[in-house]
Amino acid sequence: MSAPTRTASGREARLGRSSRPADPTGSGAAPTPAPPRRRRSAESRRRLVALGMLAPALAGLAVFFAYPLVASVFYSFTRYNQLQEPQFVGLLNYRFLFTQDPQIGPAVLNTIWFVVILVPVRIVFGLLVAGLLSRAKTMTGFWRTLFYLPALVPPVASVVAFVFLFNPGTGPVNQILRVFGIDGPLWFNDPSWSKPSLVILGVWVMGDIMIIFLASLLDVPRDLYEAASLDGATGMQQVRHITLPTISPVIGFAAVTGVIAALQYFTEAAVASSVASGKATIGGGTAALLGYPGTSLLTYTELLYQHGFANFQFGYASAMAVVLFVVTAVVLVFTLRRISVFRPEADQ
Amino acid sequence: MSLPRPTIRRIVTATAVAATGALVMAGCSSGSSAASIDESAPKELKGTVSLWHFFTGREAGVVKSAVDGFEKANPGVTVDIHAGQDDEKLQKAISSGQNIDVGLSYSTAIVGSFCSSGAFRDLSPYIKRDKVDLSDIPKAVQGYTAYKGKRCTLPALADVSALMYNKAAFAKAGITTPPKTLDELKADGLKLTTYNADGSIKQLGFNPLIDFYENSPEHFAPMINGTWLDKQGNSEIGTSAAWKKLITWQKGYVDAIGYDKLKAFTSGLGQEFAADNAFQTGQVAMQIDGEYRTAFIKDQKPDLDYGTAPTPVLEGVGNYGSTYIAGNVAGVAKGSKNPELAWALLKYLSTNTDAQVTLGNGLKNIPTITSALQSPDLEVDANYKTFVDVAGDPKTITSPATADGAAYIGTFTKFWQAYQQNGGDLDAKLKKLDSDIDNANQLAGP
Repeated sequence: MSAPTRTASGREARLGRSSRPADPTGSGAAPTPAPPRRRRSAESRRRLVALGMLAPALAGLAVFFAYPLVASVFYSFTRYNQLQEPQFVGLLNYRFLFTQDPQIGPAVLNTIWFVVILVPVRIVFGLLVAGLLSRAKTMTGFWRTLFYLPALVPPVASVVAFVFLFNPGTGPVNQILRVFGIDGPLWFNDPSWSKPSLVILGVWVMGDIMIIFLASLLDVPRDLYEAASLDGATGMQQVRHITLPTISPVIGFAAVTGVIAALQYFTEAAVASSVASGKATIGGGTAALLGYPGTSLLTYTELLYQHGFANFQFGYASAMAVVLFVVTAVVLVFTLRRISVFRPEADQ
Repeated sequence: MSLPRPTIRRIVTATAVAATGALVMAGCSSGSSAASIDESAPKELKGTVSLWHFFTGREAGVVKSAVDGFEKANPGVTVDIHAGQDDEKLQKAISSGQNIDVGLSYSTAIVGSFCSSGAFRDLSPYIKRDKVDLSDIPKAVQGYTAYKGKRCTLPALADVSALMYNKAAFAKAGITTPPKTLDELKADGLKLTTYNADGSIKQLGFNPLIDFYENSPEHFAPMINGTWLDKQGNSEIGTSAAWKKLITWQKGYVDAIGYDKLKAFTSGLGQEFAADNAFQTGQVAMQIDGEYRTAFIKDQKPDLDYGTAPTPVLEGVGNYGSTYIAGNVAGVAKGSKNPELAWALLKYLSTNTDAQVTLGNGLKNIPTITSALQSPDLEVDANYKTFVDVAGDPKTITSPATADGAAYIGTFTKFWQAYQQNGGDLDAKLKKLDSDIDNANQLAGP
């Protein structure tokens, strides 16, 4: 076998840009085209090999993505409790979802609230802290660890700790506020404050996105700032025209993953409701506590869980899941388009 | 942009294959008929039978001791116990056809779903064949263990509610007897309530908030002998004059103290199932609670001077001395490989007096057969006795099972929580409540 030629045409051939076939012998003589049948069989072999290599991934996609998706769509048109054969009910589940479910309104509004408030707040705080940490000159390891550490606390533990810290009667937060003459709110026990309380928690555990922002900020070429300084750009202008465009893919990543997580927001809200209600327990009755106080913390996925696992309405829960899937896809397309505004090529 | 024909064909083929797979798997996931029941009970029982229950830790040990009695009585039988299995796991295990013989659930909410779907077998042929005397089971308990006439579960201990009161607080306020009516409850509750200099609550006589600890529509229902659904399964809460009176009374009590004050005070209280329970710490002088509280107090606050009494009632409407009862239910799973062994174990745990007494003494819940309630071996002190008495009252009530896990109670609770805070046109809101409950029925089906 001959060594590959180091010619431009050889490189183009490897990159698939050549307009004529590469010379496999390297002799420079005109290549003899392979007979069509042999070429087809080689092509089939290549396809089979590629398919074989892709098979595990395709199998995983089929079993863990395609099947659940198709099954959810199928069940969404049925009355199904996992114990009996599903009964076809047409659009009943969707009709109930869009016109009759008394809890769907609060659940949707609460979820939208988390998408619109929690996600941007976490991104802004994550960026701010990352910006400060990127400028730290001393004890950088200590500060990075300090701000990242809360992200390592399991969600259930962090929520329980927060509910106790913010307990209106016995928690230290309101006791400290009282020292300054401030009558603290009821936090997780007040429908007006329960969601903002979870946002505070979300900011506390923003280490996961902060560390990614920090890495991307440290990756911005210094010479761009130096050049901009020489041209007289202010700090804000440098942020607007250098920092944000450079790290926009990371902001996009944080926004997309944040929106998906907010649309599926469950654990933090469920644990906060359970503990704040004073009836934290396991087993029976947990679904009844979802949403406390009132319905202020009832999220879409909590309602889905309640219908599926407390009320045995898997058909309806599937309809809710399908709607969530579609909404998530639409929101993601919208989010990605908005994020692309920050990209340099968007200015062109 | 249009896709090339072969691509479209591939997509259509893949979708069809996936949909077929979904249908096949859906078909495989349920449905297996119960084996026929032998005409005569086997003379000797042999083999292994599995018991799935939700208890853990010390309580799992109590169940084990009751099961030991069964194994002793049936030397050829071994019980394979699976502890810590909640309803969700139980449902998945049964629907996926796992080898599960007897399932014990903490929730009466599953009765409707498990009976109507056949997840638990119909026990009537076994009961008839073995001439099991169901009259030993209180009427209300019989009610919540069957669904639309189909008996697919038997009870395995229950919870009831009653009033608990702090004797020291009563003496200090000059109250000599526990309240029997709602008017007395409100008067005593307000008398026992003290305030700090800033106007906040220092000690609460009775917390009327519907979401406080065990305060719930179910546990308030005995106050008015409340009913829930009509024979067609539609809500009759909104049209019930009794419920309206009770909600009005409760809202009046909340307003007498102030919702915000009550909420601020309640928010600072300890967890219900922890040592800092507000009744145990003395922050609340009276509360509606379950019989298990007596065991908590014995363990966590043995020096608490308290008494128990039946739930106060609305004069002329409720039945003083009765209560609301609900509890654990057990059944034979549809896929049981040893239905005779499963039935024998279930029958033992539910209807054997010794087994019920062992479970009752260990778990401090209420036995669900009269013979155990009256057994001299049942450890009954003065405070626990109130619960035993109200459990045996013929006018004790429960709530009907539905195929959607009694979702109507959740809807009612949310309604009441909102009303106690915001008030408004009660008639209109009750009408909407009925409508919401009835609309939800269509999801569960006939």
